[in-house]
Amino acid sequence: MTTTTLAALVPLLPFLGALAGLAVGRTAPGFVRPLAILPTLTAAVLAVVVAVRQGGGRAIDAATQLTPTGSVPIDLALHLDGFAVLVAVLVTVVATCVQLYSTAYLRDDARYPSYAALVSLFTSAMLLVVYSGDLMVLLVGWEIMGICSYFLVGHYWETPEARAASLKAFLVTKLGDVPFLIGLFALAADTGSFRITKILAAVGNGGLDHPTVIALLLLAGVAGKSAQFPLHTWLPDAMAGPTPVSALIHAATMVAAGIYFVARLLPVFAASGAALVVLAVMAAVTMIGSGLAALAQDDIKRVLAYSTIGQLGYMSGALAVGDRGAAVFHLISHGAFKAVLFLATGVVIHAAGTNSLAAMSRMGGLARRIPDAFWTMTVALLALAAIPPFAGFFSKEAVLVAAEHTALGDRSVAPAAAGWTILVAGLLAAVLTAAYAVRLWLLAFRGRGAEVPDHGKQPAAMTSVLWILAVPTIGFGVTVGMIGDWFDGHGLTPSLTTAVLSTGVTLVGGLVTYGAWRHTTALAARTPIGAVVAHPGVEPALVEAEAMTSHTAVYGTIAGAADPADPGRLLLGPLHRHAATGFHLDALYTVLFVRPVQGAARLVRFLDREVVDTYVNGTGAVTRLLGTAVRRAQTGNVQTYVSALLAGSLVLVIAAVVFANVNAGS
Amino acid sequence: MLLNVTATVGTTTAAATTAAGDHPGFLSPSGVEIAFLLVGLATLGAAVITVTTKQLVHAALWLVVALGGLAVEYLLLTAEFIAWVQVLIYVGSVVVLLLFGLMLTRAPIGRSPDADSGNRWVALGVAAAAAAALVWVVVDAFRTTWIDLDGPAQGSTEVTGSFLFRNWVLPFEALSVLLLAALVGAIVLSRKRDTDTTVRPGTNRTAKPGTVKPGPPASPGTPGQEEQS
Amino acid sequence: MHLAYPAVLAALLFCIGLYGVLARRNAILVLMSVELMLNAVNLNLVAFDVWLRDTLHSGQALTLFTIAIAAAEIGIGLAIVLAVYRNRGTSDIDRLRDTAETDDAEKLPDSAGTDDADTDGTVPTPGRADEKTGKTKKAEATT
Repeated sequence: MTTTTLAALVPLLPFLGALAGLAVGRTAPGFVRPLAILPTLTAAVLAVVVAVRQGGGRAIDAATQLTPTGSVPIDLALHLDGFAVLVAVLVTVVATCVQLYSTAYLRDDARYPSYAALVSLFTSAMLLVVYSGDLMVLLVGWEIMGICSYFLVGHYWETPEARAASLKAFLVTKLGDVPFLIGLFALAADTGSFRITKILAAVGNGGLDHPTVIALLLLAGVAGKSAQFPLHTWLPDAMAGPTPVSALIHAATMVAAGIYFVARLLPVFAASGAALVVLAVMAAVTMIGSGLAALAQDDIKRVLAYSTIGQLGYMSGALAVGDRGAAVFHLISHGAFKAVLFLATGVVIHAAGTNSLAAMSRMGGLARRIPDAFWTMTVALLALAAIPPFAGFFSKEAVLVAAEHTALGDRSVAPAAAGWTILVAGLLAAVLTAAYAVRLWLLAFRGRGAEVPDHGKQPAAMTSVLWILAVPTIGFGVTVGMIGDWFDGHGLTPSLTTAVLSTGVTLVGGLVTYGAWRHTTALAARTPIGAVVAHPGVEPALVEAEAMTSHTAVYGTIAGAADPADPGRLLLGPLHRHAATGFHLDALYTVLFVRPVQGAARLVRFLDREVVDTYVNGTGAVTRLLGTAVRRAQTGNVQTYVSALLAGSLVLVIAAVVFANVNAGS
Repeated sequence: MLLNVTATVGTTTAAATTAAGDHPGFLSPSGVEIAFLLVGLATLGAAVITVTTKQLVHAALWLVVALGGLAVEYLLLTAEFIAWVQVLIYVGSVVVLLLFGLMLTRAPIGRSPDADSGNRWVALGVAAAAAAALVWVVVDAFRTTWIDLDGPAQGSTEVTGSFLFRNWVLPFEALSVLLLAALVGAIVLSRKRDTDTTVRPGTNRTAKPGTVKPGPPASPGTPGQEEQS
Repeated sequence: MHLAYPAVLAALLFCIGLYGVLARRNAILVLMSVELMLNAVNLNLVAFDVWLRDTLHSGQALTLFTIAIAAAEIGIGLAIVLAVYRNRGTSDIDRLRDTAETDDAEKLPDSAGTDDADTDGTVPTPGRADEKTGKTKKAEATT
């Protein structure tokens, strides 16, 4: 088979798997698991084959037009370059791992068939986005991901948090998608095509009339999907979904789509210096803000969510300085270690029976109970904190090197201001990243207190994928020498300055946090807080759902906990209160959007009930009144009827005679 | 005369209007006109009493007067045959039928205060307006038109037989079928069914005849009294 | 003779008959009034026939026909009145009001919410039962 055929099969297989899973889900439950795993697994193999065949060489383009669609044609097009094939490999591998993990994680869930089908559909949509060479087809995958995320985040729809979170995720991403769609149309109107290759060619010839407007419109959609400030607020709340879904959303799909989209159309953004500066500022705010917020979270999954936002900020930063190689490099390595982190977190929550770091810090021996999760999570946290020689170090270095080059004027793709912004923010964020990674590790695995109850051995399906994904987490960095050839061709190797600088600040951040922890951990024993859900023997998803539901009840908020033993509280000082709530951005949105919308809805309801209904009811009342009046005339007395009839005809006769005379006279 | 009148209606009207000058005006009525006027007044009076009297049987009798007056008018208009048919059929049979109807429905003898319905004033208004409109139109249209009554009678039995059986024989025969149908229909309608032999007692009208005072006129009252006994 | 005399006499006679039809309560008196109206028409027909000196004498022929039809009409009409009287015990026109709108009728098409049980047709309301008997009465009256 040709590479094109194989590439077309990659998104198609999970899609067919999803359809089949939905079809047989009720009638033949035995087929659901194979139908969930095998298509995705095959797609992963095919994606690897495609990647090998493509080999980072010239981009493979194939297009077919199903039907004429007016002035701007829409093609079913494939555009396979180094970015596409590598990201596809990441997506399929992570999706396969997530599907495997889910078989154990949701093993008793009644809604597992639809869940697995939606995960397959989600994967398929992401692969469509990755491979598509036509922006309209890309948009289809983009929107399918939106609706899939809505369903998957709301998997535990019995809980109010999940319902609210799924709705929020959908609405916030849609808020970005509207300008995104307008931007796509504007782009097509300027360049005359939806095909990425033609658009890039047109941009290369300077055929873009409104680069800044288009870039900013597209950025809104990217910010929504990739959870960049100020549209990031859906992502921490999306933790109300099952952990494998979080892993899928955060590592491979959805949030990666925005970054990947910008990477694909980077020349369009690079045509506008203003858009790049905006992107840089957005990335910087996202990086630092999310780092601070992550340090204050109590829910272990929310810590990871904010860390995802921060890492996405790094990728945006790389794009802002015009280096899409670094961005996608970081996207892939981040996908690997973030998948490990989330999947391991699922194991941790299951074993500990809680998702609260405050509660975990008061348990002993969690690391001994789940050694697989402990070790892989340690490795992934080191990668997250960018400690050499793990994957995160190299990819983050690539970003910082690109920023440094831009700042110092070695690269002229982006303004130097963007470079400085990214460099400074990146180094600050590195400190914060190290801090919250160390805090997470210390609180989760170095807790002191009662022994964690034994829930038995974790399922092999869950632990094995951790090790599978740990391999790229550890070793992906060594590909740094040749991976640049798959991308734009320039090297992604770290420079000495930034390497020393960033590693240094990382170590500082980690050590300070360790010191703070040593200082506060003594308090932990004195203030016993925390609640544990103990359900030995049930599926992990149930434990997680109950833990999330009880978090608000036990600690007061969904995000923070009043734990004086938290090193983050000591480090952040007065900022802690604001950071825990995500710097009150949700409250701001409530004031800015939710209340006006609710007010408008109340106004509409008022208008409907009081004004429109008045007319409707009035019509009915008048008709009834007339009916009553007419009914009064229906006496049944024939003489009355005949009288009225004759009187009427008399009037007509007189009128006729009078008019005849008048006309005769004139 | 019959042969002469072959012109169309329009030309005849025109001829009549042009000949208006030859005829005397309203102020010099001929004997026929005076007779017509007097009999007409009597007819109108009888008709008014027919529709206003409180005694139902009297109404039928005053109807005889009115219809008889009309018969006289027909005579004055030289339509002899129709006049006699009027007397025979209307006065002879129709009124008798009506009287029988009154008897069979146990109409009260004497004054019945509720002979007129509550619709009376509306009816009066409508009738008065209609009369005003009709009279105005008719007088306005035929102010200067005279009927020439000279010459042979136009409605003598001979003439009537002639045109009826020469020109109108087919409708005449059709009419006989209609009369037959009416006969059958009347029998079917008025025949009592076997299952429904008992007369349902009326709410108040049937109770009244027992309390009715003997009416002043003897001859119209007798059929009612017979029916009552 | 002046044509206005018979014409005006016919018009007035017709209106008197009209008044009788509209004002009289007893059905037989109404029939009498109808006879008056028919006779007014007859007078008109005869008068205009004489005036026009029609060769075919359409007016007189039609008058004869009208008289015949009037005789038939009075026979049928009296038969109907008798049948009604037998069934209802009265021949008063303003008491034969089966076609009148009653208050029961208002409930039927209305769905005010509380009347749902009544309007779904399974429960026969008393008003409807009355209506049904009224209909049978009417059927008897016309047969």
